Amino acid sequence: MTADNPTSSESFSKVNQLALGLFFGLIFGFLLQKGGVAKYHILLGVLVLEDFTVIKVMLSAIIVGMLGIFAMHQAGLVELHIKPTRYAANVIGGLVFGVGFALIGYCPGTGAAALGQGNYDAIGGVLGLIAGSYLYAEASGALSQSVEKWGDRGKLTLPDLVGVSTRTFVLVLAPLLAMALFAVERFTQGR
Amino acid sequence: MRIVTIALTLLALSLTATLAWAQEQSTNPEAYSGPAWSPYLVGALIGVLSMFTFYFSNKPLGASTAFARVAGMLGTMVAPQHTKSLKFFKDKKPAVDWELMLVIGVIVGAFLAAWQGGELTGQWVPPMWEARFGESVGLRMVAAFIGGGLMAFGARLAGGCTSGHGISGTMQLSVGSWIAVIFFFVGGIATAMLMFRI
Repeated sequence: MTADNPTSSESFSKVNQLALGLFFGLIFGFLLQKGGVAKYHILLGVLVLEDFTVIKVMLSAIIVGMLGIFAMHQAGLVELHIKPTRYAANVIGGLVFGVGFALIGYCPGTGAAALGQGNYDAIGGVLGLIAGSYLYAEASGALSQSVEKWGDRGKLTLPDLVGVSTRTFVLVLAPLLAMALFAVERFTQGR
Repeated sequence: MRIVTIALTLLALSLTATLAWAQEQSTNPEAYSGPAWSPYLVGALIGVLSMFTFYFSNKPLGASTAFARVAGMLGTMVAPQHTKSLKFFKDKKPAVDWELMLVIGVIVGAFLAAWQGGELTGQWVPPMWEARFGESVGLRMVAAFIGGGLMAFGARLAGGCTSGHGISGTMQLSVGSWIAVIFFFVGGIATAMLMFRI
């Protein structure tokens, strides 16, 4: 990268961002493995309702991340990235995802982590993920004109739906989720 | 006296072997190792990591789009015109992006964690799968391939996966994310119960 190149700082920041992505991924993968959610029996365990490690990891992440990100957003430090709500696509896509999730026993992120810890069956999963993505792309024109239009509500959030401020909603939801975690811990005796 | 010792030793050995076999063959998730660290600590740290990715990269954690980018890059190699014509790849250009680097990092990070903790598995068939469906690597790979395919299709239709919707979307209180994650579990629990408990 030469200094007189007008796009040099732009391309430098792009390379920087890719390096940051790799770095954040290293931490994410390390945490997923340490949390046990790269293990087949722990992921299947939640789907047969016998091991609740996945729920504990997810709810803890949601509570901390929600409080942190909305506080940072209030302080003007970060932008939000709210995914659109499309009722039909969320429900149908969710169900198809769930069936696949049970068949393979990993999700896309934990599948990458499973591969890293030496579960070679995740290779079949990665090939499937690539094939399934291309299949979706083949259908994406038709789907965007049909299913993805049904019940399209745009960037709808739970506080919008309930009709309260985001701050109120967060301050009510966080302790409720914490109580849900206590209940899970209490009624499942550790697993 | 000596015969008793030998008999007891043999009994102990056979019991250990039986127990080990039972553990190898169980479809009960609690027969196997739990998480190395507290799941609450790991979850909280993933929450903190999300704050960092928002602040430093202006991105939420997500994994499934990375596989779609790879699909697009492979498609561009095999059938460039056709791949370019597809709506999805017009919106998401097939290129190495932040999220793909994130997923590569996840593979390496999980390797380091497992290596550090002595949890590297090096296995083609998970024991809990083997207990139910046998030791065939082929069957396991076919199930993983079909599962991965359905999961990617579902994630793209729903707009995200267990990371993008399940963690990043839910923590931002997106209605679609909460619906999607509920239906991930509805579909997943129904299928897993059919596979393992009926």
